[in-house]
Amino acid sequence: MVHGIALMQHPSEKPKWWWWAFVAALAAFFITMPFHLEIFVILEMSRFFGMAMLALSMGFLWGFSGILSFGQTAFFGLGGYGFTVLALNTGETTGSVFFAVALGAAGAGILGYFMIYGRISEIYLSVITLVFTLILEKGIRATSGDQYVIGKVRLNGQNGIPTVPQLDVPWNPSVQLDINWFFWVGAVLMILVYIGLRMILTTPFGRVLVGIRENERRTELLGYDTRRYKLGAFMLAGGVAGLGGALYAISIPLAHPEMFSLGRAADVIMWVLVGGKGTLIGPIAGVFAIEHFKGWLGTQGVGQVTLVLGAVLILFVLVFHKGLLPSVGSLPGLWLDRAAIREQLAEFVQRLTGRSSPPRRRRRQGGRP
Amino acid sequence: MSEAVREDAVILETRALEKRFGGVNAIAGVDFALRRGELRCLIGPNGAGKSTFFKMLTAQIRPSKGQVLFDGRDISRAHPHEISRLGIGIKNQVPDVYDGITVDENLWLAAHLRHGARAARAKVDETLERLELGDIRWQLLGALAHGQRQWVEFGMVMALEPEVILLDEPTAGMSIEETNRTAALIREVNRTTTIVVVEHDMQFIRQIADIVTVFHQGRILAEDTMARIQANQAVREVYLGTSGLA
Repeated sequence: MVHGIALMQHPSEKPKWWWWAFVAALAAFFITMPFHLEIFVILEMSRFFGMAMLALSMGFLWGFSGILSFGQTAFFGLGGYGFTVLALNTGETTGSVFFAVALGAAGAGILGYFMIYGRISEIYLSVITLVFTLILEKGIRATSGDQYVIGKVRLNGQNGIPTVPQLDVPWNPSVQLDINWFFWVGAVLMILVYIGLRMILTTPFGRVLVGIRENERRTELLGYDTRRYKLGAFMLAGGVAGLGGALYAISIPLAHPEMFSLGRAADVIMWVLVGGKGTLIGPIAGVFAIEHFKGWLGTQGVGQVTLVLGAVLILFVLVFHKGLLPSVGSLPGLWLDRAAIREQLAEFVQRLTGRSSPPRRRRRQGGRP
Repeated sequence: MSEAVREDAVILETRALEKRFGGVNAIAGVDFALRRGELRCLIGPNGAGKSTFFKMLTAQIRPSKGQVLFDGRDISRAHPHEISRLGIGIKNQVPDVYDGITVDENLWLAAHLRHGARAARAKVDETLERLELGDIRWQLLGALAHGQRQWVEFGMVMALEPEVILLDEPTAGMSIEETNRTAALIREVNRTTTIVVVEHDMQFIRQIADIVTVFHQGRILAEDTMARIQANQAVREVYLGTSGLA
């Protein structure tokens, strides 16, 4: 079941009742949080929802279409800045959130079109997306002068835009959401995106994407124009990252060049790898686990947070290479299969100790009745 | 009698086809014609150019010169995904399948393209039954034996219901029993579909071939029935050595 929630086996299958139960439990878990947690915890966790969408956008692309976009932060930052600039100009936030999604998707559409229709190889795609986000970072950092104004909003270069408006009530823009309500909106949006992406995997579009991940040439030989599917996935992920960017900018509240940065781009890889690539819940779990761990390290007086995180990443890549949740998910299987593990261990020990005839072989020859 | 005329019509054709790699003429001017309903085998010693020719027939590589015509339309510069939509099913030598997903899903992806979301399910069931793959339906393809993976790939090509099926060494790595089953299957599919097979397993070719085309040094050396090819002195010399067919 954990295996199923972590979505390791058949993404094309419609989720079973227990998946829905899990999602409901997750939603209930988040929704009750503001009632029993301190306000600073709620504030901290509000930041995670935007990050989780950024992680989901990469987890979806990488895990299910095989596209390793190192620069999802580009669309994350575009979403953050797009929301901020439009909301400050119009004084209205709901439409600005939609604009952030559209901007992320459009940015991904333009960049993706040239990369995917230009048939750039996978590794170059990763490099170009990374360079793209770094160019945006440099560009935004260079906008500190008075002349860099969009509408009535100064872009502020290095310092970012600190006046990001809080979300307001869609049908009554004069009322702003308080901290708890913003937390709920973030949680619900994240869960909706999670459900949405999961459901997309059961559609023909999602199933073809998984086919492309498995074998792009076969998918083309079958007659699918894989470029269209990949571009679609790239734009979808761009939109999700844009939404995440808007939420993140609201939560800090700051639209900052750091959103585009190399450090942030590396965070995303880490969230997805540690949480579990090839799953959708993994990237979410990765955000909460790592960001919480980061905060904890900070309070423990560990000077070298990045160093510790690097060690964690190496540990995961080497030992739990499937990531946190899939590894937990395969524990029951391991337990059931412990006879096989014991046998393997015994053989391994024999090889180490140099004994030539494995005594276990007898048993295997005996066979089953 | 229009049916007979159709049967006789050329469906796949190459005209003065050439492919150069650097200074090497891998294919040096090949005129080839395949009629509807045929089961054609392409043979030749290593380096004769059959694989290059196969790749050009299926638009996987572009010719240096000349044309490949499918139903009168030049396909040599078509995109890979257009080939299947025109009605050409391809199975390359190496199993080209989806290892990380189930047999069922592999077939569904093929069936969905041709038959749409509604009819795909039924087509998958039909293909599983025809290939007797029902037992392994929900297994991950990557966990299966080589022969079974080849069969699933056949199934995928069959589910596309192409007009022409092109197979590059379909029995490579198969056991004798699997090879025999494959021969029977190809015979059966040939009742409704034109088939081209690149092979060098003589036993297998004898089981299935109508007409055999022999390649040598990038050209067609001979084209005839298997019996007459076996008797052909030129073929014996370049391809089989003087000792004759095994």
